[in-house]
Amino acid sequence: MTTTEIHDRLKARFGEDVGPLSEPKIDAFAVVKRERIVEICRFLAKEPGLELDFLEDLTALDWPKNNQIEVVYHLLSYRHRHSIVLKVQLDRAAPSIATVEGVWKTANWFEREVYDLFGVTFEGHPDLRRIMLPDDWIGHPLRKDYQETGGYHGFSNVRENPLVELKRLDDVRRAEAANAAGGVDGPAKA
Amino acid sequence: MEKLILRRVDRNYEEMVLNFGPQHPSTHGVINFIVETDGEVMKRAIPDVGYLHRSIEKIGEATGYPGFMPFTDRIDYVAAMFANEGYAIAVEKLLKVEVPPRAQWLRAISCELVRIASHLIAVGTMTMDIGAFTPMVHGLREREEINDFIEALCGARLTYNYHRIGGVAFDLPEGWRDKVLAFLDRFDKFLPEFDRLITFNEIYKKRLAKVAVVSREQAISYGLVGPNLRGSGVDWDLRRDMPYGAYPNFEFEVPVGKGWAGAVGDCFDRYYVRCLEMKESSRIVRQALETIGQTPEEIMAKVPRNVKPDAGEVLSRVESARGEMAYYVVSDGTNKAYRVRARTGSFTAMSIIEDISGGLMVADLVALISSLDVVAPEIDR
Repeated sequence: MTTTEIHDRLKARFGEDVGPLSEPKIDAFAVVKRERIVEICRFLAKEPGLELDFLEDLTALDWPKNNQIEVVYHLLSYRHRHSIVLKVQLDRAAPSIATVEGVWKTANWFEREVYDLFGVTFEGHPDLRRIMLPDDWIGHPLRKDYQETGGYHGFSNVRENPLVELKRLDDVRRAEAANAAGGVDGPAKA
Repeated sequence: MEKLILRRVDRNYEEMVLNFGPQHPSTHGVINFIVETDGEVMKRAIPDVGYLHRSIEKIGEATGYPGFMPFTDRIDYVAAMFANEGYAIAVEKLLKVEVPPRAQWLRAISCELVRIASHLIAVGTMTMDIGAFTPMVHGLREREEINDFIEALCGARLTYNYHRIGGVAFDLPEGWRDKVLAFLDRFDKFLPEFDRLITFNEIYKKRLAKVAVVSREQAISYGLVGPNLRGSGVDWDLRRDMPYGAYPNFEFEVPVGKGWAGAVGDCFDRYYVRCLEMKESSRIVRQALETIGQTPEEIMAKVPRNVKPDAGEVLSRVESARGEMAYYVVSDGTNKAYRVRARTGSFTAMSIIEDISGGLMVADLVALISSLDVVAPEIDR
């Protein structure tokens, strides 16, 4: 089935809650309504003829200009070899969406990653913890406006240019060599 | 005496929580498992990842498009060629660039050689984790030769940076083709030798049979890919089912787990699928080398020096040694990517461990981890 045909099936079932297919700027996608994401995903995964049983990827995009965070779902069907991309647009100030962990188990870790790096809350997630970063990390690094806080528990994340340190060591060595030379020369002259 | 017995009984209900890792030879990199055990039997093992997180995806937003290529090597350093290829294909799709045929063949040759090298590490370290040291050394010996070939091809033994946006960096060196063909002749004899040495060893087989069985449904639901998916009996290979590059030109089989040692989707199936895949990769390299032209041709498409694709987004998929590797690249029309996302096989493979570790022996956790062939930097990126 082509992406357009899958989209038509989706449209027939969910009506206005499924947006139009984007201009195919290479890969097309459909924006769907936040409230119905679990229903839509379950429909796509289970409906005979569609059976998009493989959640290939779940990630997010940060768009500070539109004040939005988009969660992106890449679905693929092993049986029918077709795929579709769904997007959900969330408010950037307090992004939250229902979990699809009940449809595909792999969403569990993907959603944890998006929560960790983008700060999106997944309602109903069984184990929503940070996955890449420590639990007490501040901020969500893949957001476009992320600023490093200048270290973690006293470990600096800024390193001095190693050349500066090398030059300092060099100077020390040179001064020592000069002293030693002075020490030897001194008594000989006298 | 009575008290002593009572205390003993109480002890039986004691649960012990152990840290398995992050520094442990059997975790294959810096991964931690929080293991809840009751004696030798685990209640569950909770993977704790992230120790090697280097925010490679964020780096991809800061470097230009060509500048990100060396970083892809660091996503999966055991099979870096696929990480190169996936990213190159993604950007080529964004730029709508056609890769010259010779470059596609060189990509297939280099990738399949690296697949053999990566699988040799996978099966070798797996036998070592189970307790047989010799097969690993034999595997590494063959891998060294492949490393030599790749070094002659692109100058690097581990982080290749060989595939470029629009083609590959170098053509075949002189005499390379014959040397590799001679190696493959030897390698094809090595595989049955390896099987005699360890694969069909009765103790080894029984050690892995029916251990940590992943059903077909579980494998799909947890997003397992590549040999792990095929080990569970799902007949799917991107090279055959969604072909890319030069793969439609080659003839090869896709090995699928059949429950050779007892149950479909057990540790032995995942192990043996990799052994069989090495044979198929050798077949592909042989076909490619025998048919590739002897005279140098164009190996780079015309790609502008300042790579600046139109706004849009793309997902590229390649069949890496650890299964489907997908790059999701979003362009906003500037010369830097708006988002680079790498979807890797090890990440999803790790997520299944918590579910299937319940009831396993502690020693079997080692078998499970190595049978999934996870590579720590690929989990964390």
